Amino acid sequence: MLKVQPTTARRQSEDSQDVSKLRRKTPFRRTLARVPLHLVLVGLAIVWSIPTIALLVSSFREPSAISVSGWWNALAQPSSFTTDNYQAVLAQRGMARAFLNSLVITVPSTLLTILIAAVAAYAFAWMPFRGSNHIFLAIVALLVVPVQMTLIPLLRLYSALSVDVSMPLLGGRLFGTSSFLGVWLAHCAFGLPFAVFLLRNSFSSIPRDLLESASLDGASDLQIFRQIVLPLSAPSLAALAIFQFLWVWNDLLVAFVFLSDPSLAPMTLRITNLVSSFGSQYQLLTAAAFVSMTLPLVIFFGLHRYFVQGLLAGSVKG
Amino acid sequence: VIGRRWWVAWLWIAPALMLTSLFLLYPTLDSVRRSLLDPEAQTFVGLENYRFLVENPNSFVLDTHSAFLNNALWVVVFTATTVGLGLILAVLTSRVKYESAVQSAIFVPMAISFVAAAVIWRFMYDINPLIGTLNAILTAIHREPVAWLQDIRAPQQWLTQWGPEVLPKPLHLNNFALILVAVWMWTGFAMVVLAAGLKGVPTEILEAARVDGASELQVFWRIIIPILAPTILVVATTLVILSLKLFDLIWVMTGGRFDTDVVATLYLRTTFILRNFGVGSALAVVLFLCVLPVSLLSVRRIRTLQEGR
Repeated sequence: MLKVQPTTARRQSEDSQDVSKLRRKTPFRRTLARVPLHLVLVGLAIVWSIPTIALLVSSFREPSAISVSGWWNALAQPSSFTTDNYQAVLAQRGMARAFLNSLVITVPSTLLTILIAAVAAYAFAWMPFRGSNHIFLAIVALLVVPVQMTLIPLLRLYSALSVDVSMPLLGGRLFGTSSFLGVWLAHCAFGLPFAVFLLRNSFSSIPRDLLESASLDGASDLQIFRQIVLPLSAPSLAALAIFQFLWVWNDLLVAFVFLSDPSLAPMTLRITNLVSSFGSQYQLLTAAAFVSMTLPLVIFFGLHRYFVQGLLAGSVKG
Repeated sequence: VIGRRWWVAWLWIAPALMLTSLFLLYPTLDSVRRSLLDPEAQTFVGLENYRFLVENPNSFVLDTHSAFLNNALWVVVFTATTVGLGLILAVLTSRVKYESAVQSAIFVPMAISFVAAAVIWRFMYDINPLIGTLNAILTAIHREPVAWLQDIRAPQQWLTQWGPEVLPKPLHLNNFALILVAVWMWTGFAMVVLAAGLKGVPTEILEAARVDGASELQVFWRIIIPILAPTILVVATTLVILSLKLFDLIWVMTGGRFDTDVVATLYLRTTFILRNFGVGSALAVVLFLCVLPVSLLSVRRIRTLQEGR
């Protein structure tokens, strides 16, 4: 997959300085010529950040202050900041429950996708049989199917196979619409073509000798899979996990169709409903939106490398 | 492994095979079938549902023509702007030492959901200049505030009096305001992918050209662009697919009102609010047929890029 290689950046800038020396510019003139470049870049970085900063600042302001003066005024008097909006949103508007629902939906979906994809990818990479390559290509070809194409038949299927027993601990039905199990399976299936594709490529790049010698030593497939293949592919697994996690966390479509029950709705759906009923109450909306952004932002700043790789690799996903 | 039974491999791929068949393959075929049936999925109606999309008889409730035109605008304007901005930023950031800081600032919006981005930008676009940042700026330079998401005037009207007041259908101010939000989110993606591609351009070639007296603009157009062309194509196909399927941003920001519907929002409203599964399936099939050629190109491109590495 596409990789970011920060090490060559320094060499490149040194090279371009050498070239500038060839042109015999004085250091001062060279710095002066680069001022517009710095202005444009720093300016763009600021412009790009303003919407997010506006949201963050407003979410900490008094509800009465938001429609009276612009958010930039609040920067002058940080003492007026309050966490009331977060308390209101989490307690009264059900965002605490929605946050929990988002976790309940996302974590199992991600783990399930990786488990099933890794097992299949191992078979496709190291257990070749007649036609296995065709089956692999058929699964990958399903990348081109938009989720929208599947929703009506799945909705009918879920209604027909509905199991009207309540799910212990988590709530909702055991299976059908308004059930977490139904959403886990749907997200997992939608993620599989890409996950199988990525992991098979990663697994195939492991040296054949390594697996053959383990096999000669009497290791079973399960041992080779768990003790050699998975540890060696840790970076790909991490990138895939982050990609799938964010994909499910940020999803609105699947939740909209299968989890319309308000007590099961994840944050994206809850915020969408808040917008339609409290469209101009920005103290609530900004706090709610920021709650939903916390985990993605933590992942972004904490696991930056895997995050970028996961998103780049996953850009082919349908 | 020596002495492995023939059915073991099937056991390992069985869960993935069953899930993808049941959740992707079967529904795709069933959607095609349903698009040829009436709304209750009882009687065969031929291409009646597709004729509904083409003839647009119910344009007050479901304006299919407007949705198709808007989608075309999205594909062209969103893709061109995002790729262009990403390319410029990739080249510019490669020339400074604080490259990663600028790239991070621009990449951050990729992490958040379309729903959160929609809230952020409803706030930016608010009509009240004490709330909406953009209208605060307009008021500061003595202009009237603009209802960005409702306004269907020609886009240049928010700053100048020049040109016609209203342009033909998709070229409305609110469509451009919505597209800008998606550009804000995805420029970081284009920039990072292109910056990674740029690192692969041999510095010797650039140096040689500069020593030979090529201007920076010539280096950009004659060397960087041709070498990056395959990467640019990968980014562009990704963005085209994204803009064909995108719905959540529009759904939360305008709900498809004020002529901002696209195929995916129309699909959602037809299917899950109006409960017309026949026309809904037809819309899904149309979406699939639009995405299909681009996705095939994208998958093939990614494969060749990988093999070439």
